[in-house]
Amino acid sequence: MNRYPLWKYVIIGVALLAGLLFALPNLFPSVPAVQIASAKATVKIEPTIVTQVKDILTKAGIQEQGIFYQEGASPSVRVRVASDDVQLKAKDALVSALNPDPNDESYVVALNRVSSSPAWLTALGARPMSLGLDLQGGIHFLMQVDMSAAINKRLDSLTTDFRSTLRDKTIRSNGVERNGQEVDIAFNDAETAGAAMKVLADGEADLDFKVRQEASGYVLAATLKASAATQLQSNAIQQNITTLRNRVNQLGTSEPVIQPQGADRIVVELPGVQDATRAKEIIGRTATLEARLVDSSPEAMTALATSSVPFGDDRFTERGGIPLLVKKQVVFSGDDLTDAQASFDPQTQQPIVMLTLGAKGARTVREVSRANIHKRMALILFEKNKGEIITAPEIQSELGQRFQISGTMTPSEATDEALLLRAGALAAPMDIIEERSIGPSLGKDNIERGFLSVVYGFLAITVFMVIYYMLFGLVSVVSLGSNLLFLIAILSALQATVTLPGIAAIALALGMAIDSNVLINERIREELRNGSTPQAAIAAGYERAFGTILDSNITTLIAGLALLAFGSGPIRGFAIVHCIGIVTSIFSSVFVSRGIVNLIYGRRRKLSSLAIGQVWKPA
Amino acid sequence: MEFFRIKRDIPFMRHALIFNVISLITFLAAVFFLTTRGLNFSIEFTGGVVIEASYADVANIDSIRESLVKAGVASPQVQNFGTTRDVILRMSLKDIAAAPSIQTTGDKTPQLDRDKLTANVLSAGGSQPQIRRVDFVGPQVGRELAESGALALFWVVVGIMVYLAFRFEWKFSLAAVVANLHDVVIILGFFAFFQWEFSLTVLAATLAVLGYSVNESVVIADRIRENFKKLRKASVDQVIDNAITSTISRTIITHGLTETVVLSMLFFGGPTLRFFAVALTIGILFGIYSSVLVMAPITRWLGVKRDDLVKPLNKRESASAAR
Repeated sequence: MNRYPLWKYVIIGVALLAGLLFALPNLFPSVPAVQIASAKATVKIEPTIVTQVKDILTKAGIQEQGIFYQEGASPSVRVRVASDDVQLKAKDALVSALNPDPNDESYVVALNRVSSSPAWLTALGARPMSLGLDLQGGIHFLMQVDMSAAINKRLDSLTTDFRSTLRDKTIRSNGVERNGQEVDIAFNDAETAGAAMKVLADGEADLDFKVRQEASGYVLAATLKASAATQLQSNAIQQNITTLRNRVNQLGTSEPVIQPQGADRIVVELPGVQDATRAKEIIGRTATLEARLVDSSPEAMTALATSSVPFGDDRFTERGGIPLLVKKQVVFSGDDLTDAQASFDPQTQQPIVMLTLGAKGARTVREVSRANIHKRMALILFEKNKGEIITAPEIQSELGQRFQISGTMTPSEATDEALLLRAGALAAPMDIIEERSIGPSLGKDNIERGFLSVVYGFLAITVFMVIYYMLFGLVSVVSLGSNLLFLIAILSALQATVTLPGIAAIALALGMAIDSNVLINERIREELRNGSTPQAAIAAGYERAFGTILDSNITTLIAGLALLAFGSGPIRGFAIVHCIGIVTSIFSSVFVSRGIVNLIYGRRRKLSSLAIGQVWKPA
Repeated sequence: MEFFRIKRDIPFMRHALIFNVISLITFLAAVFFLTTRGLNFSIEFTGGVVIEASYADVANIDSIRESLVKAGVASPQVQNFGTTRDVILRMSLKDIAAAPSIQTTGDKTPQLDRDKLTANVLSAGGSQPQIRRVDFVGPQVGRELAESGALALFWVVVGIMVYLAFRFEWKFSLAAVVANLHDVVIILGFFAFFQWEFSLTVLAATLAVLGYSVNESVVIADRIRENFKKLRKASVDQVIDNAITSTISRTIITHGLTETVVLSMLFFGGPTLRFFAVALTIGILFGIYSSVLVMAPITRWLGVKRDDLVKPLNKRESASAAR
């Protein structure tokens, strides 16, 4: 009765093997590495850079131990090296080769550490646990995006749009004004209000219009639809994240995390960054976008050839390095840009970038473009007070509120271009509402303390269990060890961020998981006390204890899930590990320990006693 | 080895009233301290700044405090943190707004300037001050955390009640939740009485205790159900007494082992985990007491009967008798 079929052992074996495999990378120490990331929004890291990096290092006579290209929102390349010395040399070589102009860096070359686990492990997807900021040091910011400002900005631009539309259509109103969350237009009579509504509502899917009678006359009120407001908010978050990512890249941090939290917040985590003041300054900086005409006069062309700059012009380089002279006068700026989206031309099916301007910007761009057909207009993105031309298309016709940029580009280039244009327009102001910075020495201390707590806790349990329950105690400890293995393997495989509360949860998981084994062992002793044969006692002990184990773990899991759902920050870090620990403990304390016990006792027919410690029987 | 050699069932239920009175008194004391003293919430809840700094030698806390007062902070909190060389400073957002010599210039709302703090305040405490950690929490975040904490507590209670009502019976479910909420209140009472800092990690520990000590109630409830089936002639009191007595060895051993791990955290986990471990310790100790001596008597007051738990068995039996 105490034998497992082969398939159960196979499951246990496979689980243990997988656990070992995924927990293994944590044993390899991290080794020095150099990381290359893009320093500018206009520079993109492509997989082809790997060969370039290899060439640079070979030329400098530096031995690398692997170059890895990492995909993602902000792709990067990592070069693993043998020692800290080589790391510094490699960094210097890469900086001087990749950034010929020290004042205009295209790439950020940062020192980093990567796991030294062998390539075959990495190829299997086995990576070491990802440590939280409190364990590796760094800075955490929580930014609050001012959504009402984003909505107000949209409503303000609507107000000017309405004014000019009504003027164009010669509809007389008594004034257009923004009142809180709506735009109010006053009219003398209901007919004009109705006519105005027809004109304004045309092509505006985002707005709700309503006419109401007031003492002074009729008011046409326009409000943003709820769906449009949500869309506006999520666009604003997305746009601010893009902007933040561009800025954070300048800090040269190895693995920044920038992600939305809730409806109106953004989390920025900068591992390894120590200089909080500088980090804040860079994050708080605004990039701006300006549209200016390209100076194509004969004088300018000669000036360009002799690399002098005529009066009233500025010299900027286009993406790709071609210099251009542009006029100082600004046609429209990032503030006027409402939206920029990649799309396709309905006629030619070519990728295009669609720009939408506010009413004020539209008026100037109309006037300027009418007078300058077949001339070029440059869109310049300013970062760190340095401008770079994103694109400089030729003006084909008179432009309006919405116009497109077309040309020979791929869809992904169009997407990039739209992203860059949007990065120049800050969607909504942001404030830092939470900041945590942890020094690297504190992180190291925290890892050590957490590790010690787990180790000493485990040792104490081992000593007690083996003395008290003898062989069954040993079996319990082995299954507890497998629980620890599974827990670490799952945490590594999921790449869940492990924080100090997370380590506390690992320790606590051990303390709670042993409960199941104590339950089982006590139950077996009780069965023996009541006169069962050893084999029957094992079977009954496991069987009867299982219901209790399941019940008690499910109630604990309910608490864990509630913590996960409502907790944030340190609570979340605790809850994730807590929940996974509960699930792995059911598997290991019931299934694995039974497997071992069956292996030891299952085949012995004439079993007279169990090594479960002394079983006292009342006289 | 066997610690518990109990010959006869311990008559817990005979003294149920005494136990209930004791727990009522501790409960009321906890509520009293909670209302009169209140919890000492960490800046995670209230908003503010915490700075952890370390010195080359022993830090002079008094002079750090003095220089903070001089800078304009009304009631600065400066304490040692772990060792005599480490200090921890706590300031509210108002404090920073009132102290120009440690705040940033040019921001809309002035924030803490670390360099100025090191130069103007920390340098008074000893040689080579080094900031190891800075936590800044805005006021809006704190309010949300308190709200989500209360929500988490609510859903833990609801979830456990529903599960136990479904798995056992509503009397057990109610008794278990009352018993374990009693633990939570007592933990909070301790934190209020000693004015220990109540942080997010302590909140996590408190809620984890809630889930953990329900375990205990489940184990006993399981046994009561089993005994109702097995000891058919025994009275309700005898059934409960036997259930508690036969599980008490397991109860004490498991809690002892969990507590061992928690103590290991308390001793080796450093100051960050200290109050986390303290909350767990209180929770575990009172958890044993409450599930044995609070939960079981309550189920009895609620009038638990054999029929409540062994209905399916009775039906089957009557069906076989009819055949």
